[in-house]
Amino acid sequence: MERGKSTIHHPPSTIGVLALQGAFREHCRALGRAGAAAREVRRWRELEGLDALVIPGGESTTIGKLMVGYQLLEPVRELAAAGLPVFGTCAGLVMLAREVTEGNQPLLGLMDITARRNAFGRQVKSFEADLEAPLVGKKPFHGIFIRAPWIESAGVDVEVLAEYDGHPVAARQGNMIVTAFHPELTDDLRLHRLFLTMVSSSFPEMRRAKASGPAGSRQV
Amino acid sequence: MKIGTMTVKTGLAEMLKGGVIMDVTNAGQAKIAEEAGACAVMALERVPSDIRAAGGVARMADPEKIREIQETVSIPVMAKARIGHFVEAQILEALEVDYVDESEVLTPADESNHINKWSFKVPFVCGAINLGEALRRIAEGAAMIRTKGEAGTGNVVEAVRHMRTISSEIRRLANMDGNELFMAAKDLRAPYELVKWVAENGGLPVVNFSAGGLATPADAALMMQLGADGVFVGSGIFKSADPAARGKAIVEATTHFNDPHILAKVSAGLKEAMAGLDIKEIGEENLIQFR
Repeated sequence: MERGKSTIHHPPSTIGVLALQGAFREHCRALGRAGAAAREVRRWRELEGLDALVIPGGESTTIGKLMVGYQLLEPVRELAAAGLPVFGTCAGLVMLAREVTEGNQPLLGLMDITARRNAFGRQVKSFEADLEAPLVGKKPFHGIFIRAPWIESAGVDVEVLAEYDGHPVAARQGNMIVTAFHPELTDDLRLHRLFLTMVSSSFPEMRRAKASGPAGSRQV
Repeated sequence: MKIGTMTVKTGLAEMLKGGVIMDVTNAGQAKIAEEAGACAVMALERVPSDIRAAGGVARMADPEKIREIQETVSIPVMAKARIGHFVEAQILEALEVDYVDESEVLTPADESNHINKWSFKVPFVCGAINLGEALRRIAEGAAMIRTKGEAGTGNVVEAVRHMRTISSEIRRLANMDGNELFMAAKDLRAPYELVKWVAENGGLPVVNFSAGGLATPADAALMMQLGADGVFVGSGIFKSADPAARGKAIVEATTHFNDPHILAKVSAGLKEAMAGLDIKEIGEENLIQFR
């Protein structure tokens, strides 16, 4: 634990990690090591009282369908619009995108980017590579790309944080940050820490953020 | 830039966690599986219950069929190769399937050796009935394990046995004194380094799914509560009366495995499950799991 080193959040922020499918445990672990308290979120009620939300890697079609089936899309859209910081990795990037180049899967559509799914190819093309990401320091960030998407195009408000082979693979817009690769599969906490600084700067308004479920869907 | 590393191989398995991998035999079924929320599909010629009924030699699926499935869905496509049949695996790698399942469900091609999975860029998942078998497969380069269960039976009893066996063997190792680990490695017929890793970390170094005999949402949730990272459902979906509804219910049960209210809701009103087989009626010589 490196909680003692942290200067940015008192008391520890509670970060929700969407736990419908995918690598949510790894994000919980990384957030814990970065000094935040992580909590798994499977139903909209569990969004209540969060300081931020992580949408992990996994299969974006599976995650999207489960978000629709359990009425999570609207509440997350509302909270993000109200300023809740959101961090999406891989499938999370796809979920946050305004649109995808192919198919018509459910999306949150919050960030002004177009995502290309499986942009680098199938699993045999999955790779590791060091990336320049000046915002988190001089030392390259080790990117693990698993059937990863890239950002095909981005609006003017989107700040590109890292590129690979000429394609944006990490970006930020307002209270949202996305990566096509998986920082949660490495020991490098710099991106999670960057996210936590976004959390602390939106403090204290977000302390009051309450989930409001969609009308008429309060049973399951 | 490096491809085919153990990190990217195990990385895909990490992304599949909490999901359902469904057996499909054609593009139409693959589409239904994707629509139901499967996190991946397993392309094969016949589902295990049909393989069991047909007898004869079961082999890798026709590449044409695999291509058709790959073109139909955007989720990962896995395919099975026979145990020890490294040429079937080479073909599957050339087809760019996302995972090769070196599977006991097909007729083994080599009775003593499994495929040397380190020599491939494509990742492999292998079956195991106990910890020793899981660690031998990992030593050969498997990036993901699934407990075997007894495929094609619609009976979860063997899947439960294998998951409980592996968990209790891991707990036993975790309680051992360092000096005992050498003997444990010998008993498990597994490399000492892997045995030591398991003892120190209290778990397998790769993702472990449950497979073989799962037929209902409750079966999936049971395996998740017993510690599976996710589930494979073979005959259980497309041998049932309403595959789309059952597939979706099993996906939801796998996500909400700890919520009995949701489990009750998704289990309700599903049409007929696949017909099940009592393991005792099969006869030991016909059990797939000992391959």
